[in-house]
Amino acid sequence: MKVIKIDQKDWDEGLGKLYDEFRLFGPVKNGDIHQFQPLTKGELPDLNFSNTRLSVKSAVYPQSQVMFEYNLDEKQEGHHIMKPASFDYPARALLGVRPCDAAGFLIAKKNFDNPDYRDPYWCESYEKTTLVGLACDSPSTNCFCTSVELGPYSEQGLDVLLVAVDGGFQAKVITEKGEALVTKAGWDKNGDEKVIEHQREKAEKRVNSAIETDKLAEKSSKDLFDAPFWEDMAFACLNCGTCTYSCPTCWCFDIQDENQEDQGIRMRNWDSCMSPLFTLEGSGHNPRPLKFHRVRQRFMHKLKYYLDKYEDGIMCVGCGRCINLCPVNIDIRKISSKMNNYQP
Amino acid sequence: MLNPYEPYPVRIDEIITETEDRVLKTFKFVFLNPEDEEKFSYKAGQFAELSVTGQGEIPIGIASSPTEKGFIKFTVNKTGKVTNYLHQMKEGDIMGVRGPLGNSYPWETLEGKNVVIIGGGFAFTTLRSSIVHMLANRDKFKEIHVIYGARSPGLLLYREELMAWEAEGDIKMHITVDATDDPDWKYNVGFVPTITEEKAPPADDDTYAIVCGPPVMIRFTQPVLDNLGYAHDHIINSLEKRMKCGIGICGRCNIGDQFVCKDGPVFTLEQLNSMPGE
Amino acid sequence: MLGYAEKIKEIAKGLLKDEKVEMIIGFREGSDPMKKEPCLIKNPEDVESLVWDSTCCMNLANYLTNRTEKIGVLAKGCDSRNINTHIIENKIGREQLYIIGVPCTGMIDRIKVAGKIVEEVIEVTDNGEHVVIKGAKQEETVERRELLQENCRTCTHRNPVIYDELVADPVEEQKDVSKYEDVERIEAMSGEERWQYFDELLSPCIRCYACRNACPLCYCPECFVDESRPQWVGKSNDSTDTKVFHLLRAFHCAGRCTDCGSCEQACPMDIKVRMLTKKLNKDCFDMYGWETGLTPDQRPPLDTFKPDDKEDFIK
Repeated sequence: MKVIKIDQKDWDEGLGKLYDEFRLFGPVKNGDIHQFQPLTKGELPDLNFSNTRLSVKSAVYPQSQVMFEYNLDEKQEGHHIMKPASFDYPARALLGVRPCDAAGFLIAKKNFDNPDYRDPYWCESYEKTTLVGLACDSPSTNCFCTSVELGPYSEQGLDVLLVAVDGGFQAKVITEKGEALVTKAGWDKNGDEKVIEHQREKAEKRVNSAIETDKLAEKSSKDLFDAPFWEDMAFACLNCGTCTYSCPTCWCFDIQDENQEDQGIRMRNWDSCMSPLFTLEGSGHNPRPLKFHRVRQRFMHKLKYYLDKYEDGIMCVGCGRCINLCPVNIDIRKISSKMNNYQP
Repeated sequence: MLNPYEPYPVRIDEIITETEDRVLKTFKFVFLNPEDEEKFSYKAGQFAELSVTGQGEIPIGIASSPTEKGFIKFTVNKTGKVTNYLHQMKEGDIMGVRGPLGNSYPWETLEGKNVVIIGGGFAFTTLRSSIVHMLANRDKFKEIHVIYGARSPGLLLYREELMAWEAEGDIKMHITVDATDDPDWKYNVGFVPTITEEKAPPADDDTYAIVCGPPVMIRFTQPVLDNLGYAHDHIINSLEKRMKCGIGICGRCNIGDQFVCKDGPVFTLEQLNSMPGE
Repeated sequence: MLGYAEKIKEIAKGLLKDEKVEMIIGFREGSDPMKKEPCLIKNPEDVESLVWDSTCCMNLANYLTNRTEKIGVLAKGCDSRNINTHIIENKIGREQLYIIGVPCTGMIDRIKVAGKIVEEVIEVTDNGEHVVIKGAKQEETVERRELLQENCRTCTHRNPVIYDELVADPVEEQKDVSKYEDVERIEAMSGEERWQYFDELLSPCIRCYACRNACPLCYCPECFVDESRPQWVGKSNDSTDTKVFHLLRAFHCAGRCTDCGSCEQACPMDIKVRMLTKKLNKDCFDMYGWETGLTPDQRPPLDTFKPDDKEDFIK
């Protein structure tokens, strides 16, 4: 790993060079909010942001994605046979990804790229993506990355980590992918790791919030599942999908066929465990008919089932979006504390 | 890269209406590309996603047995959007099958053992697969009992096969119906739990029960098996959930940290007891 | 609305102690200075957690749908009008409710508050006339009026229209407010401009359905967007499907919407979804002189008819 220095002028010029080789995505301000969007040639990412409203996951895992195409016209050759939609992903670079969001990809990877099955859409898209992170110097009050074994300067899942300094960036080049990108951009001035370390220490101290998870592993799923607090915790929940859609780690989806006359596509769309339809069976039976069943599923998945299955922490990167965006102020930290301290 | 979401194209070779209420039909499929049959190598107890092009996919247990070659078959209950459409399709129509998916009944454990199959209603499909599989490998199993019931004679699946198995005597068949006014009915009358109490062999370390049926049947059969002394790791269930991907990725069919589509659908009662009560 | 909380606790405690109700639906403190969490309280000891301030924006009528218990519920003007609508539509019985009316001087808008300081908002104090907004280092005092939610700014039913008890004397209703200036601006557009306006308005939508789920009117057991037989609307984030959802939802709310603003407050993408429902409120007012939910016994204009209804829309 090496450390480089990128002056503002080199940054602007370097991005110009990257346009030829990568499809660039970065935060763009729309109204009051920042969102990750494809950048047009010459467009610079707006790095003056706390975090994007939604996580960057959609750049690798779009909300709606065509999986197959088919035709239903019996006169045509190959009718009714699924043909994989072309997913020839161009090389892409995501610029200004916050470390929490980058770590989210590593969590999703456990699901989409497991020893038994590889999801080709997610995997190919992810492999073609270079993640250029931006260290976080002003974490918000609902950020708790340092209590999920990450931090505002975490390098996990990143290929390059940018650290904003006066007049530009100091940057850590973490992987080969990152090396290829900085080479293409022509960024080769030696940087100073001490500057980064100094800022990192300061930034980590600014993360004042935490999630309590230390006793979750020793609890029994059955006990937590049957715990008496779920109805109270879930009362306010509207069962909207805001928390799941904004979460960098939520990965659930639905598969749908959509026809237009004789042509059709099989596509997948983000789905949400908050929706009663998520588990509704053809017979009309629903194993999670009540609101609190669904709220319990979401938090048990993130804080217990995932932890038990992968033995690698909780399914949460501490970005705080679900807390910020929940219309009724349901707070994962409060629920995790309840679970963590529960005695049957 | 292998795409686990891509179905094998198949042609509907035959459609059989199974029950007098016409809500259950068996579809026999032939692979359009013969080499796909080899790739679709399955065990009794697994399921597949039937892909009705333009409508969607449905997870259905495989009713044919790996020992039957040249086709695969599925018995489908008409309930939702996709199954209703499928019921209107014709022989010769093209669609897809994706799988095999899920685990299977634990055949390695079951070899050399007594097996009691207890089924009810239309949840007899993977049980049929299992029976055909065991009959084709009869010497590998000790005593085989099959207790199968439906509400009335006209609602029994695979009726001719049931009668043939009964007549051949390689397995001990206990066919039953809840009630009938057919004066010629020569089999049992009574609910599955009652018949189980009367006919199931006593429990021992070498005897396994596979139980599949509607929730009410399972609820009342369980105490009977407990009374007979069946250990919970000797009672095998197959579960149903709403599923989409069938490969443990889309996230909807979990019970605790287990996905019914990938880690199941077959679980022992002992396993189920240790999982959250969903 | 300062000091309401103590009175609310007192009433709630009495109701629970005397077993006049089985539960109270109100608000409790959350972790966000701009949001209070709706809560359900069954034990008289727990009433201490009840709060009231100008961030209790969610409509509590939403939590009454199809409940069977005897409930004490807090109701602002808009909530009370939705309770009337619920009673009309058989979603709850009047006899099941003890309505604790809360005369309201308007809720403050989280987006407007956030826009007042550069830093993240960590504390908001409402002293009646002014609101003090605090960040880590910054502090700004702003006139309360300036921060009101848009629907509250033009609200003419601040006092509950149905209640069993009020927590305070009625507040003065706003008069001579011009409610529909923004709608009129859109009405004046050409068809093409208007379509473009809708396009831009709805383009950030992620179909999380927070607007629908926060709405007390959207209680259908299965929403049309979720139906599969037949499937009316595609499930992707296609812009046509998204527009169909929003436009149809707005029409389903016509004559039933109280402009409580919950939909907008719930939206994670800051979409002004009220621009659609408001137009229909205006039409219902213009055509039938109708304002939603003022009494528990008059059905909304679109699910009844009168011989003297205007018919000039039938061409």
